[in-house]
Amino acid sequence: MSASEQGWPLWEVFVRADRGLNHVHAGSVHAADAETALQAARDVYTRRAEGVSIWVVRSTEIVASDPDRRDDWFGDLKPYRHPTFYEIPDAIGHM
Amino acid sequence: MTVTDETTEAALQERFDATLADGRKIEPRDWMPEPYRQTMIRQIAQHAHSEVIGQQPEGNWITRAPTLARKAVLVAKVQDEAGHGLYLYSACETLGISRDELNRRLHEGRQKYSSIFNYPTLTWADVGAIGWLVDGAAITNQVMLTRTSYGPYARAMIRICKEESFHQRQGFEIMHTLATGTDEQRAMAQDALDRWWWPSISMFGPPDAESVHTEQSVAWGIKLETNDQLRQKFVDQTVPQADYLGLRIPDPDLRWNEERGHYDFGAIDWDDFWKVVRGDGPCNRERLEHKRATWEAGAWVREAALAHAAKKSGRDTTTEEAR
Repeated sequence: MSASEQGWPLWEVFVRADRGLNHVHAGSVHAADAETALQAARDVYTRRAEGVSIWVVRSTEIVASDPDRRDDWFGDLKPYRHPTFYEIPDAIGHM
Repeated sequence: MTVTDETTEAALQERFDATLADGRKIEPRDWMPEPYRQTMIRQIAQHAHSEVIGQQPEGNWITRAPTLARKAVLVAKVQDEAGHGLYLYSACETLGISRDELNRRLHEGRQKYSSIFNYPTLTWADVGAIGWLVDGAAITNQVMLTRTSYGPYARAMIRICKEESFHQRQGFEIMHTLATGTDEQRAMAQDALDRWWWPSISMFGPPDAESVHTEQSVAWGIKLETNDQLRQKFVDQTVPQADYLGLRIPDPDLRWNEERGHYDFGAIDWDDFWKVVRGDGPCNRERLEHKRATWEAGAWVREAALAHAAKKSGRDTTTEEAR
């Protein structure tokens, strides 16, 4: 592997489509440093003015849950946490 | 616009005003006037503290819920309140204040929480009344706040409102069960309504004419409706619900006003409201004392977690080097 092949770390890119909205994950870019990562993210993911703000985060800095253990994380279904679990008489309307 | 213009406060203020005038949100890295920042910190912190302190009156009934199902629901609801507090603290931290500082200000009585939580939960029906009335009033305010001008606060509100619907509906269901139960249960439901009605409609704060923050908050797009408008909205939607339950709202002046298309209602005892705000409600001391005590009692957990993390990262480094 050449030096440049090992040298460009991966960055995850988050784009805020508009003020008031969350930054949402758009994809990733390889770049040597934060500044060029931001530039690359701009060029790769917002060529059509898709956003008003970009975040880049080193991919290795992201700590993730294991998708194969989804049930351990998210399988604890409690229907009573949802509003529709409770019967509201029709006469009351929206609540 | 030249670079010099851009950096002057007047230009920054102009841009801030233009953003608000366009109905766009202010985001954490935007320049904002210091009074806006401080108002936002005060309001979001008070909201966060309210969610956290609000666990106490309801938590009081977890061990005595009438059935296992009711208990599971109440635990889920109190967990939600804790979660709502955390969403709001993290929104508040985007304004440049630390979580520790927010806790300190609460514990020292320098920041407040909603006065509604300074009333006691004397019977199981109070758990129903809180869900139906207190959460109902909170939702009325929070639905408005989903459109508030500070982005992180508005986003936290969207998440919270989705979850609050469960709270209000479970509360109404408890009231409905009691109101259609035995005479004793019906009396219990009526008693809870009698005690929670006035504090609930006071939650919207002082009348517009006397509210010190309203005018500026409306100008900044923090509030989109005034205290009195929100209060009226809540009364209008709640009276038919009480009628359906066959419960009587404890206000002799309450009646439908055909001309206005709204319910008229009696005068709120603001002296009592201010007494509770100033610290002399039935449970003020107990609530804050309990909050401080749990904070102190939990100190070893916070310290142990840090010690564990430090130890683990030390060990990881060693393993790394060994490789």
